[in-house]
Amino acid sequence: MSTLELVIRLVYLVAAVGFVIGLHMMRSPATARKGNFVSAAGMFAAIVATVLLVADGELGFRVTTWGWLALAGGTLVGTAGGWGGARVVKMTAMPQLVSIFNAVGGGAAAVVAIVDFMRIGVGHAPEPAFTIPVSLDVLIGAVTFSGSLIAAGKLQGWVSGSPILFPGSRLLSTLSALAGLAGVVIVVANPSTWALMVVLGASLAFGVLMVLPIGGADMPVVVSLLNAFTGLAVAMAGFVLSNDILIIAGALVGASGAILTKLMADAMNRSVMAIMVGGFGTGDSAAGAAGAEGAADVRSTDVDDVAIQLAYASKVIIVPGYGLAAAQAQREAGELGAVLAERGITVYYAIHPVAGRMPGHMNVLLAEADVPYTQLKEMDEVNPEFDTCDVALVVGANDVTNPAARREGNAISGMPILDVDKARSIVVVKRGMGQGYAGLQNELYSDPKTGMLFADAKKGLTALLAAVKETVA
Amino acid sequence: MTPELINDLGLFVLALLVGFEVISKIPATLHTPMMSGANSIHGVILVGAVLIAGLVDSPIGYVLTFIAAAFAAMNVVGGYVVTDRMLGMFKAPRAKAPAPSDNADQETSA
Repeated sequence: MSTLELVIRLVYLVAAVGFVIGLHMMRSPATARKGNFVSAAGMFAAIVATVLLVADGELGFRVTTWGWLALAGGTLVGTAGGWGGARVVKMTAMPQLVSIFNAVGGGAAAVVAIVDFMRIGVGHAPEPAFTIPVSLDVLIGAVTFSGSLIAAGKLQGWVSGSPILFPGSRLLSTLSALAGLAGVVIVVANPSTWALMVVLGASLAFGVLMVLPIGGADMPVVVSLLNAFTGLAVAMAGFVLSNDILIIAGALVGASGAILTKLMADAMNRSVMAIMVGGFGTGDSAAGAAGAEGAADVRSTDVDDVAIQLAYASKVIIVPGYGLAAAQAQREAGELGAVLAERGITVYYAIHPVAGRMPGHMNVLLAEADVPYTQLKEMDEVNPEFDTCDVALVVGANDVTNPAARREGNAISGMPILDVDKARSIVVVKRGMGQGYAGLQNELYSDPKTGMLFADAKKGLTALLAAVKETVA
Repeated sequence: MTPELINDLGLFVLALLVGFEVISKIPATLHTPMMSGANSIHGVILVGAVLIAGLVDSPIGYVLTFIAAAFAAMNVVGGYVVTDRMLGMFKAPRAKAPAPSDNADQETSA
């Protein structure tokens, strides 16, 4: 081993440690930002070391002028795109941006494998130790690429958020998956470029067909799963190129994405499998309607009433949901909480694990609205607090507050919920009596303690804020 | 099986285990930033793009290198920047700031 190679492998080791420590530091809000920086520093070191390695020309690397131009040009374009996108994106649109970054990561992994395969894979009879990771890299990378783009499209609303199923779509996606796997077998048995292109094409098609039938509200789980896939694709690229840092970082992300995916699916009381099969909220929800007895009686209330209730409460728990994020009302919610807290009222925000569009997304949105993170309470922490809570203010959350989940025999049975019904009084800000994602009436709304404030989350909270200020002035 | 492959496999499996351990302990509050942080880590594929730049010598190879580098750079740069932006928004309550030295730099990019 030459000195240069030795140094580079040590730098890789340092970078790997940086990734692990960086992730480790992300376990607490106080150190998370530094953790991200540590991880970025490791990344920078690994990339610079690799540039030095190929520039030196050891280990058979030789970069032509055009090679440098392609590399530098691509890096510049990508940096500009990534930096620009990350700086200007609205925090509510952040999940789709992460999905796009994930897509291009998977795409890059696939391209890297294709290039290496074209260089040494054709003509010779390469070992399975080469062809297996190459074909898996292309397979996984391509599925991630097209799948993540569709997921981003669904989150952004460019692709319909409702499950898209057309006659034969299941058959088609099964066929594309089989074609991709058949391609992998051919590449391993008898390496040829066309077979790898079959893998590529079939996997791209499968990525699209896999995500289309999945409903928009399940997209977080999908994005997370695809994030894990990209990690695995990158690890495969590491096997192809015999590169330590690609293997380590890829495996780290693969494991993290898998855990996160499972946590998310658990919080929705659904299996990852069921989500990936898709179609939720279409046919199978009919069974869930059994518990609902038509439009139950609800009591509607008005802004001034609610304002008085809030102003003279001693403990208020705000329950933000998807509707709040959709109406971009996080700032109003934060201001309302701040005004109440100034009066000495205990204010908590009850965050269901799947509130918003990704686990923790609601925390980010509220943090952006200057809500101190000590007021943000996770489900297990906040549920005992509802017993002693004067007013629970539900804004745009539905299924996660439905007491029906505690009973057997409906679509959300067993789903962990926020115990909003235990509060002394409940106010629900909601546009109308529309049903939640599970297609179920929310029994909370017909609770005698509940007042419905029919308004758009943003307008409702703005009016409420003004009314509270007037009341306390 | 070559010794090198065994080494690679060992790294792969151990890194998977480390990933499970480190990640499973992160509070739900930080899941989105963590996911975004993990997302930027797989941008390490930029290393792969640099390596293939040293292997290509045909027009199609240059085009593919360009694409790989652009994709990977977007992943890695965008990933870290957006994660930083998200984390910059987590603030301690104003009344009792526990780590004053931290807060100073957190304010800057909020």
